[in-house]
Amino acid sequence: MFDTLTDRFETIFTRLRGRGRLGDAEVGEVLREIRVALLEADVNLAVVRELIEAIRARCSGAELAKYLTPAQQVIKVVNEELTATLGGEALKISYASKPPTVVLLAGLQGSGKTTASAKLARWFRQQGRHPYLIGADLQRPAAVEQLRVLGAEIGVGVFSAPTDPVSVARGGLAEAQRLGRDVVIIDTAGRLAIDRELMDEVRRVSDVARPHYTFFVVDAMTGQDAVQTAEAFHQALQLDGIILTKVDGDARGGAALSVKKVVGRPIAFLSTGERVADFEIFHPDRLASRILGMGDVLSLIEKAEREYDEEVTGQALQRLQAGTFTLDDFLDQLRQLKKMGPLTGLLSMMPGVPKEMRDAKVDDRDVGKIEAIICSMTPLERADPTLLDGSRRLRIAHGSGTSTTEVNNLLRQFKEMQKMMRGMGPMAKLMGGGRPGNASKSSKGTRKKVKGGRVTPSSKGLGPSR
Amino acid sequence: MTLVIVLIVVAVLLVASGALVVGTRSRRRGVPLRQAGPPQPRAPKPPPVPAATAAPEPETSAVIEAPAGRPVLKDRLGRARGLLAGYFDQVRGRKGIDEATFEELEEALILADVGVTTTTRVLADLRDRLRSGALPATDPAALLQALQDDLTSMFEGDVASLAYADGEGPTVWLFVGVNGVGKTTTIGKLALRETQAGRAVVLAAGDTFRAAAGEQLESWAERAGARIVRGSDGADPSSVIFDAVQHAASRGAGLVLADTAGRLHTKVNLMDELRKVRRVAERPPGQLTEVLLVLDATTGQNGVAQARQFTEAVGVTGIVLTKLDGTAKGGVVLAIRSELGLPIKLVGVGEGPADLVPFDPAEFVSALFG
Repeated sequence: MFDTLTDRFETIFTRLRGRGRLGDAEVGEVLREIRVALLEADVNLAVVRELIEAIRARCSGAELAKYLTPAQQVIKVVNEELTATLGGEALKISYASKPPTVVLLAGLQGSGKTTASAKLARWFRQQGRHPYLIGADLQRPAAVEQLRVLGAEIGVGVFSAPTDPVSVARGGLAEAQRLGRDVVIIDTAGRLAIDRELMDEVRRVSDVARPHYTFFVVDAMTGQDAVQTAEAFHQALQLDGIILTKVDGDARGGAALSVKKVVGRPIAFLSTGERVADFEIFHPDRLASRILGMGDVLSLIEKAEREYDEEVTGQALQRLQAGTFTLDDFLDQLRQLKKMGPLTGLLSMMPGVPKEMRDAKVDDRDVGKIEAIICSMTPLERADPTLLDGSRRLRIAHGSGTSTTEVNNLLRQFKEMQKMMRGMGPMAKLMGGGRPGNASKSSKGTRKKVKGGRVTPSSKGLGPSR
Repeated sequence: MTLVIVLIVVAVLLVASGALVVGTRSRRRGVPLRQAGPPQPRAPKPPPVPAATAAPEPETSAVIEAPAGRPVLKDRLGRARGLLAGYFDQVRGRKGIDEATFEELEEALILADVGVTTTTRVLADLRDRLRSGALPATDPAALLQALQDDLTSMFEGDVASLAYADGEGPTVWLFVGVNGVGKTTTIGKLALRETQAGRAVVLAAGDTFRAAAGEQLESWAERAGARIVRGSDGADPSSVIFDAVQHAASRGAGLVLADTAGRLHTKVNLMDELRKVRRVAERPPGQLTEVLLVLDATTGQNGVAQARQFTEAVGVTGIVLTKLDGTAKGGVVLAIRSELGLPIKLVGVGEGPADLVPFDPAEFVSALFG
């Protein structure tokens, strides 16, 4: 989508050639495009209005930057405004001098509080704390059960009782103290902001628990209503931070921007998957790009680093440098890539891809065909595709349920890629690609490299050795 | 390392995109999903004596009590009317129609999550009719009415009732959607409705992934007086559903409500799993007559992507719009109806067992307007 916005802007700005300043008319047109993009991203209308005015103020009449096209300049301003709105002071957890530190989670039904509670507990454990969970959602059938199962999975105790949320909170705190736990996380029932009774209830829970941190848990796909709900919860509970969930989907996440602006508290964490390990600290610049439809490249790369098997990739790197990247390597990389979700659209997010190629569609079904084709080859054939004559190709086509045309296409493409990779090998080496596991240049502050408990695919025979 | 990964990814993708002619689909290679164990459907519970079901959640005084019998949508939304009503009142109060009028209308629709595309189209249409004189330029109330009618007519021809199978074998209704939308709760409410109507219902605990999902559905089964078939944790959801259908058929039960795990539509493997679930669900003796996408009313424009992907994967027949008792307007269903033609069948208006009403376009749209 990066190209879509930039390209749209480029045409608007072609008229600008030769002038030293960004013209108001053009900026106006561009702002209209941005407005649509932000609304389509579910950023609240009022927030969009404010942002647009701020951007207009910075752009109108501004001098053209020397090294940016006008379109890029505007995008840069937009990105900066979004990042500034999303960022500001990051939340730093400081622990209570008299433990336990109490954390309360609140939000609408289905926002992901229970899962987030467990993830948070695990995160605190990784910080060296001794967390305890309190299951105060007595409303949803089996909610406490769910928390218990998750608690067992991460080795954190869970307290609950079939009484009422306030008593549970009280009892849970007492138990936490008895057990000597230093962080307590309270999961509460989902509730509507306009449900006076339930909002009173959560306020009472908060009064009893006296949390040091109250987090508002919000679903990344929430629409315009996010603002109303957030305001109500903030008024009732004085929120300290926001946890954005289900970020692993393709929702642009504009709700995060709206909530942050309205509540004025930092977005602390992102929940990025269904596994308990899928939890990370929030980076404003990445979400800014995503909201603008520019994809989240840095997160993507980080994710790749997490998911990619170091050993396999290390070997691929060696072959890259030697110019002997094989179909087996390709297959391994393809398989790793698949783990990162739908491939369509991934290409458009990669930096440095030439414009014509960015829109190339990657059909995930075609990826399946590629796998099938390669797997229908013998190890020798994979190592040395020059062996592949007509009859072998026919055999492969039959074995994989494809056609010889498709087999030929793949081999042709692969050959092209090999050439390309050979040229890049020395460059990669030059850029210090020799050590897998380097922290990426994106980290802001400490970034825990979490190896999500994924089962790495056993390499089904990594081709013959050289 | 970073750069290498980038290079490799780019290279792989370029090959993958350019490599094959778009043509016949190949069978997807079975990718082992979440841990599969052998399915062990629980011995079905004996049908409980029709127990008193939990009373519906007490409403706050702001809401008119639903009249005895079928709860009416408008009544349940009473609390949430405030926000947009303001915009429309303002429009109504004007002396004429000008650009500001349209700006207000646009804002109201955007705030209702109708989305830019649909809003623009609907308003452009109104503008045309104003220009051509089909609508009087001095009558804001008429304009509002026209807008209301336009939106309501978007659902023209839709049937809100759920289809039952004709002939032998149980009817199967499959529930799909992303995480946290209310699939299990909806099934619980529907199970109660159907058992109260005299049908024998079997619930299939097809969410074998989420912790305690089976327990959650089981509590609804008890409340509704329905049987439930469960598998072990991590069991293949298709097997559980298959077993449920078999069980229903052998007991002469008329209806199977099949729950599935919430899944983001962007997860290839999970959508593949769902495809398989659907294939199994429609095997005889069961007759799959509805694939219902459960959609949260608070969802923004991503709802369209959800609807599109789920439809592509399993052929959605209708939408259940949940959590409409909140402040969110659920306007995204207009965009979905417009782009994908999916009808809304049911609306969820609370967490209680009786909080489920058939969708009525006129009521829904008029609730938007306040």
